Formats: sequence, C-alpha cells, structure tokens
Amino acid sequence: MSMKKLALIGAVTLLVAGCSSVNLDNPPVDDRSSGGAAAGSGDSVVAKTAVTPVDDGKSSQAAIANVSRLVYFDYDSYVIKPEFQALIDAHARHIKADKSRKVVIEGHTDERGGREYNLALGQRRAEAVRRSLGLLGVADSQVEAVSFGKEKPVAQGSNEAAWSKNRRAEISYR
Amino acid sequence: MQKMMRRYLLTLMTLLAAWPAYAQFRVEVSGVGLTQLPIAFAPFRGEDAAPQKISAIVQADLERSGQFRSVPTRTGALDENAKPDLVPWRQSGADSLVAGSISRLADGRYDVRFRLWDVVAGRDLGGQSYAISQADLRLAAHRIADFVYEKLTGDKGIFSTRIAYVTKADQRYSLWVADADGEGAQPALTSPEPIISPSWSPEGRQLAYVSFESRKPVVYVHDVASGKRRLVANFRGSNSAPAWSPDGRSLAVTLSRDGGSQLYTLDVTTAGSEPRRLTQSSSIDTEPTYSHDGKFIYFVSDRGGSPQIYRMPAVGGNPERVTFTGTYNISPSLSADGRWLAYISRVSGAFKLHVMELSTSNVTALTDTSADENPSFAPNGRLLLYATKQQEREALMTTTLDGKIKARLAGQGGDIREPDWGPFQKTPN
Repeated sequence: MSMKKLALIGAVTLLVAGCSSVNLDNPPVDDRSSGGAAAGSGDSVVAKTAVTPVDDGKSSQAAIANVSRLVYFDYDSYVIKPEFQALIDAHARHIKADKSRKVVIEGHTDERGGREYNLALGQRRAEAVRRSLGLLGVADSQVEAVSFGKEKPVAQGSNEAAWSKNRRAEISYR
Repeated sequence: MQKMMRRYLLTLMTLLAAWPAYAQFRVEVSGVGLTQLPIAFAPFRGEDAAPQKISAIVQADLERSGQFRSVPTRTGALDENAKPDLVPWRQSGADSLVAGSISRLADGRYDVRFRLWDVVAGRDLGGQSYAISQADLRLAAHRIADFVYEKLTGDKGIFSTRIAYVTKADQRYSLWVADADGEGAQPALTSPEPIISPSWSPEGRQLAYVSFESRKPVVYVHDVASGKRRLVANFRGSNSAPAWSPDGRSLAVTLSRDGGSQLYTLDVTTAGSEPRRLTQSSSIDTEPTYSHDGKFIYFVSDRGGSPQIYRMPAVGGNPERVTFTGTYNISPSLSADGRWLAYISRVSGAFKLHVMELSTSNVTALTDTSADENPSFAPNGRLLLYATKQQEREALMTTTLDGKIKARLAGQGGDIREPDWGPFQKTPN
C-alpha cells in the first residue's frame, strides 16, 4: 500500500515537472517549464487496482444430484426446447421445497457478434428459464436472471460443435 | 504498393532490431490515401543517446493518421536552430520538414525542441520546447506530432490522447490505459473475471465499465489517477453498456431489473440515485451512446425483428430507425461533429466495421476482416479504433474513414479487445 502511494507520489511529481511546452516562435528560448509552475493535469497517472476473486459457489450442496443444470439453445433463439422441460420441472420442485434456496440463472451465448448485444441475448435465455420456473410456481424472490454474454465459453473453437455447447443457461445454486 | 509494403517491413525490422520498446506497435499500412502530405523527418540531434527516438514516434503518429507520407530523410545534422538549406529537401519531394534536438538537463530531465519548416515556401512554421522527465518523452513526441498535424491539416491532432482497452491472458483480465499509439500502457484494473465496455468520461479522468467480479455484470465508475472506483449500477439482473452524457453528469446504461434489457439513465453526481427508465419495450434495447450535442441517444434494438440502430431524444421519446441495410447492425459510435456513425454490420456471416454519413445515409465498409467489434472515434473524428481478429488472434486497429490506411496496435500479450478512444487532453501552457 505504501509502495503504491510512493509510486503515485513519484508519478505526480514527474508529471508536475513535465508536460509543459514553450513556444519557440519568439527567441531567445527561455525555459519556463522548469520549477513546476505549470502543473500537469494528472492525466498521465494511472493507479492500479486489483480485484480479488469471489468465492465460486457452484458446488453448492443445495443443488440436486444427478440432474443437469444446463439448458441449451439454438442459434439466435431463447426458446426452451421440449427436451429440457423435465430438467426445469425437477429444479422447480427442488427450489420450491425450500424457500431459503436461491438460484441464479446465468445466460450465455456463442462467440459470434458483439459483446454487449450477446449480453442482452444471454439475458433473454436466462429470463426464459426464470419465466419457466415462475410458471411452475417458483417464487420470483428465489430466482435472479443474469447474463455473461459470450464472456464465459465452456467450449473453445470457432465451429458449431463449440458454439452449441456455449449457447446455454446454467441454473446456479447460491 | 508492394514497394510501400516492403519499405514498411524494412522500417519495422530495423525498428524491431534497434528498439525493443517499439515492437509492440506495428504499422500495417494497407492502402494509400490520395491526398497525403509528403513530410521529411530529420533525426533529432542527440536522439541516438536518448531513451526514445523522438523523430520516429512523430513519424509513426503522422503516418498512422493517413494524411501524411514520409519522405526518406537526408543525412547531415540538423536541429531546431539552424535554418536548413531547403533546396535538397524540396528536390526529394518533401513539402515540410521537422527538425529538432534532445538533450539531457542538469537535473536529469530532458530538453526536447523542434521546428517545422514549410520546405516549398521556405517558411518557418514555428516550434516548441519541452523540459520533461524521461517518462514523458513519448508524450512530448506525441505533442510534436499534434503540433505538426494541426499546422499542416488545420485539424486538431489526437496523438497525445489516451485509449483504454482490455486484455485477457492466463485467465486474468486487465483494463489498460495507453497512449493513442498503444504504447506506454499502464494497468488500471486487474480481475479474475471479465471486464467489458470501458467508456471514458468526457473530461478523460474516469472510466465506466462492466465488471463480472461479483458473478454478474455490474457497472463501475473508476477514477484513473487514484484507482478509486465506485459501484454505480448493481441492480437485480444484468447491468451493462455504460455511456456518458456529454456533460459527464449521467450515464445511460442497460438494466434488466424490470425484465428484459432496457435503457435507463443514472445520475452519477448523486450516490445511490434511482435510475430513470428511457425505453418501454418488450425487445432488447442496449448499447446506448449520446450524440455529442447531448440531444440524442443512439442505441441498438431488435424491436423490428433484428438488431438495428435507432435514435431517440436523450430524455426519452419515440425512436426512429437509422440503419436499414442488413439484419444485424450493432455497436453505434458517433463522431464528435455528428457527421459520422460507425457500427458493426453482419455481412454474409462476417462482422464488419461500417461507417455511415448521417446526412446522406451513405454507408462504406471499411475492413477485410470478419470479427470486427466495438468501434470508437478519435476525438477529432478522423480515425476509428476497433477490435478485430487477425490470424485467429485478437487485435486492435485504427483506420481512416475511407478504410485506406490501417495500423495495428499490438499492446500487451494475450487477447486484446474492447478499445475506447479518450477525449482531447487539456494541454497545460
């Protein structure tokens, strides 16, 4: 911490000394930029901040054994396919059974297209699963729908095999 | 053309050999503009012994702008004091000449001086001197490039501005602040989780961005000089796509707190202020960006069945559609003069940078790449910065608005993405 502070002070000092210019149009050239009279704007100083990882609760004991937490989607679609209905039913029963259970539905997309638009598409997938749970009687307060867009692929590669694994919503118990 | 390329490769190889620090930045000129000003750069007296090759930085800056063509330099010592014999420079095809010097001061700082000559008219176009620390030598070179650019084109130079971008390497995400040429990068934030959508505040001191560090997207405002940051949007659901209003007092954001992804504004001058909803649709509304006069917000919506760019009054109101060609148009960015709209359009499955002249709706495709993302304009509106993929690797590029001159900023190791070009810096006197 004190090192960081020292570095910052050093940088500010350098900056105060720097950055000013003198026009050479009217010689003799007189160096007005020394002595720190013209203070820098602080613009070239960058302080570094580090984020510490948050606890990953994905292995939460609240999850149900032997039931997948993954719903896959077609390209550009947020329609829940019939084969995933049984999985959603099972989770709905499990969440309803304990009102203290909280789940976050995490929507994801494949790598194609813009990051922000994919974030919105992933949100739609997460909302679709949230709505399905709601229709099965799960309280809204127990479910939050969020999106990771294309930021967290599970499969690498630029082909349909990878893309189809990445277009997904994950039911994450917290 | 081939000769041009060979010359650039040669220059590049020489620079790589002589100057490791320069290796990060690669000029890849992929075309020739029609009205480039021929300019010569005499090596600065004393720069062989200096830590930065000032004249080479100035030259690279001006070449990247697309508006200058450098003429091979001639031998013979020159600096800002001597009036050079301009006849041989004129004969070698130069219209202008930059000469200067760099020397070490007694207190350890450097004295950098230069003068710009109009070779054709035989006129002194002025010069400047900078007494600066070693760390600011690059900045001095960028300021010289700005001076030359402004004198010779009449437009303000953007070389001393800063850019932000994000890298991903070994599962670590970093948000960087760098010179406009991609050099001198300093980390502002590192995180084990993704960071996207950095956006410079209008005065260039703060960055808004989306961080996934709490296992969902939330929006922070980060003071670059102090490293202090605050959470400004952490509502239920996803929080993303921050865009500053031109007065710096509010952020337009995309929130899903009421269901789908919708646009809101947040007062960032008051902590904990309640967001105001701007759009009311059952579609996706996201990627807001303000026009520089503050009157409009351009954004992306799929209300018509496919993602297209719309605009609406900044206080909310009826949106009107702006893009009509194609079925996927996203990531709008506006030039400061309001003349140009840059965006990404999907064409035959490829995502390509386009620019539209708003008064005529004429659209130009600018690239040969197929995974372009997230364009932003230089503050003078003459260059675009964007992310793309080249040989399966992420890269940051600049291009002129006619697509003819491109340069690659190679930055840090690993993947590099999400660039945002900052505003003009206030220049101290």
